[in-house]
Amino acid sequence: MTRYDLAVIGGGIMGVTAALRAAAGGMRVVVLDRGGVGGEATGVNAGTLSLQIKRVALMPYALRGHEWWRIAGEAVGFHRTGGYTLAFNAREQALLEDRMRLKMEAGAPITFVSPAQVHAAEPALCDRIVAASYCAEDGHADSTRSGVYLRKLLRDAAIDVREHAPVVGVDSRDSGFSVRSATSSIDSTNILIASGAWTKSIAAMLGVVLPIEVRVNTVTVTEKGPMQLHSAIGHATGLLTLKQKDNGTFLIGGGWQGRGSPETGRGEVVAATMLQNLRLARFALPALAGVRAVRAWTGFDSFVPDNYPLAGVLPGVPGAFVLACVRGGYTIGPCIGPLMADLILGRSPELPLFDPARVLKMPAHA
Amino acid sequence: MSAMIDVIILGAGPAGAAAAVEAARRGLKVLLVDEAVAAGGQVYRIAPGIRARDATPEREAGDAIRASLAASRVDARFGHRVWQVERNAASFAVHTVNATGPVTLTARALIVAGGAVERHIPIDGWDRPGVMGLAGATVLLKAQCMLPGRDVVVAGAGPLLLAVAAGIVHGGGRVAAVVDLQPRSRWLRDWRSLASRPDLLARGARWMATLLASRTPMLHGSALRRIEGDPVVSAVVVTRLDAVGAVVADGVERTIACDAVCLGFGLHPATDITRLLGAAHAFDAAHGGWHVVTDEHQSTSIAGLFVCGDAAGIAGAAAAPWSGRVAAVAVDRHLGRVSAAEALSAVTPMVAKRDRAARFGRAMTQVAEGGDGIVLAIAPETPVCLCEQVSRATIDAAVDAGATTLSEVKSATRCGMGPCGGRLCEDAAARLIGLRTGTTRAAVGMATGRPPLRPVALDHLAGEFDYDALPIAQPSPL
Repeated sequence: MTRYDLAVIGGGIMGVTAALRAAAGGMRVVVLDRGGVGGEATGVNAGTLSLQIKRVALMPYALRGHEWWRIAGEAVGFHRTGGYTLAFNAREQALLEDRMRLKMEAGAPITFVSPAQVHAAEPALCDRIVAASYCAEDGHADSTRSGVYLRKLLRDAAIDVREHAPVVGVDSRDSGFSVRSATSSIDSTNILIASGAWTKSIAAMLGVVLPIEVRVNTVTVTEKGPMQLHSAIGHATGLLTLKQKDNGTFLIGGGWQGRGSPETGRGEVVAATMLQNLRLARFALPALAGVRAVRAWTGFDSFVPDNYPLAGVLPGVPGAFVLACVRGGYTIGPCIGPLMADLILGRSPELPLFDPARVLKMPAHA
Repeated sequence: MSAMIDVIILGAGPAGAAAAVEAARRGLKVLLVDEAVAAGGQVYRIAPGIRARDATPEREAGDAIRASLAASRVDARFGHRVWQVERNAASFAVHTVNATGPVTLTARALIVAGGAVERHIPIDGWDRPGVMGLAGATVLLKAQCMLPGRDVVVAGAGPLLLAVAAGIVHGGGRVAAVVDLQPRSRWLRDWRSLASRPDLLARGARWMATLLASRTPMLHGSALRRIEGDPVVSAVVVTRLDAVGAVVADGVERTIACDAVCLGFGLHPATDITRLLGAAHAFDAAHGGWHVVTDEHQSTSIAGLFVCGDAAGIAGAAAAPWSGRVAAVAVDRHLGRVSAAEALSAVTPMVAKRDRAARFGRAMTQVAEGGDGIVLAIAPETPVCLCEQVSRATIDAAVDAGATTLSEVKSATRCGMGPCGGRLCEDAAARLIGLRTGTTRAAVGMATGRPPLRPVALDHLAGEFDYDALPIAQPSPL
């Protein structure tokens, strides 16, 4: 039976980019996923690549992540469109100015622009803008194409992949780990838990209780319409993302909460929150009035109380690593995944990681 | 705020209307919701404001339903389009839009009577103007009193073939040919089940008589190979099928001129609402494929959720009122208003009548069952998903590259991502995945249910609102 150097549990953007780096570093790697590669958060998020909505402390990671998506290019539907963040009243203006200033200091190439400048660039936007910021680096990719792209990268790197193989048990052995799925068992010296919303339950199989909670983010897509919007649009509060894709559909997100749980695997759209999301979008872009919404869905987004990533050794379990809870993980994943692999390879990562041991003292809110 | 509604019934066809009347008769507070302007559903649809030329059995049955509703205490809400259904702790929320804006209705129990959806199998040229579904053609004939064309080919499988063809002849049109997947002998195989409903058999015989009298060509054991036109339909190319329903290689093809094509391959149960709610579903070809799992009394795996009529498995319009009434009794029992023994004694005769009537509907479902032969024969360049123009070749390539589920194929190709929400293409896409991966239609499963159930304009969803009054949650962490 094959013995692996690294078994990655979770074939999302984090796990796959970590697997690629580990394999390039000489490790024998296998990737397991409960569904298909890139099928959960990586494949169902709104595809926003915006530095303006990234956390200040994560900006260096986001800048590198952007670069990875830019290089992936057409295969993932990457577009560097530039992005505007809008404020519609004095409260939002104050919020916008405070937040963007800190992000600028952290290295994001963000500038403040006047409402007139926004309207010159995006005449279809609402005429009640009182303040705005702009970042030329911002844009979007087509998250639904993640699975196809990541699967191809894994195939090209000759990395073993086991899809539709939910992990039902992980046993720690003297010389490594045994990872069991319903149909098979894998032996590996190291494991990386990059299981998104399922990270908590996988870590629990090794006796480690992580205070992870799950958000259930809602995204809505419309039918195709005439091109009205070129840039990625955000809101001072971070509660709206809006862009129009090449095919004319509008994608509306912003982290409005549905409900559901990773345990059941089911997320449900909640009409009340989805409608608030649509009202914000409809206010920002009046032309959306007659456009029909065709589909709304949810994706799981995990987080710990301090809202910083878990990226390091699983506390108390040498050889087991965890990478999860990255706010803005779609953007940052391809930066932090390889950094994580560097740690597993015994190299020192170029940017600091986020030791999961810190969260063990934190109480979970849930 | 009025008292909590006991039960909302979605769909005012023969199943939903009967459920509503029975529930109201039992003293329940009932809301009946339908998108149409009047009760009757698809099978007993009427043309509002147009006086029928003569009484048909469908017209009479529909009028009887509408009269019984009018005489009942049912609160019927027509013109309401349901776009989302949510289950809460002890209630269900039904989100709709009507002409004035968004309307949310809540009740302690829910009966889904969503009826059936037409099954389609892609054919080269089926995206040409002038091609429509058999179900769509019945809407034209019944609700608009319009013909699909002057010279129509009616093709596919199942009893709707005869109904639509006879309807066209009756309305003064010409049917250039009826092209039926099934050999003539197939219709006779289930005569015992058909004989269980002599009235319905007689109706079929009348349709047949109409077609014979008009000398309409009937091509059995045949299928359309192509639909031609530039771009509007001008002809179809018909080919013979062999004994197992496969297209005969190098078989003789025959061109038939026409100006419209009505196409359909039977019905499958509407599962969009029950999928949204996460109820258990199962596959059974005899029930029309994937359907929500219901027990003897129309209960689903979700407490308080009941499904009746064709939505619970194709059983036909004759069985529908009985399954509707059974569901109403089951709701009464669920709400604790009658004892188990009372419910059982009320429901037993209804169950017997439902099951007897269902034998006819099930036999008709079998007649509509098309084998894999014509799915295998779909040409590589034929669009499977019409909304997004995804060809069979694109789907096959995605499967070869590792996409093995409907959602993976959807992500890889956009198949099913357009305004129809996969209603037209999901079954065909699933069958293609099954054939390519060597598994069955049942094993491929269904796509995840997503709201809105039908496309709805943002303004209708959003309604009137004041931006400054929008509840803005805590901003995302800095």
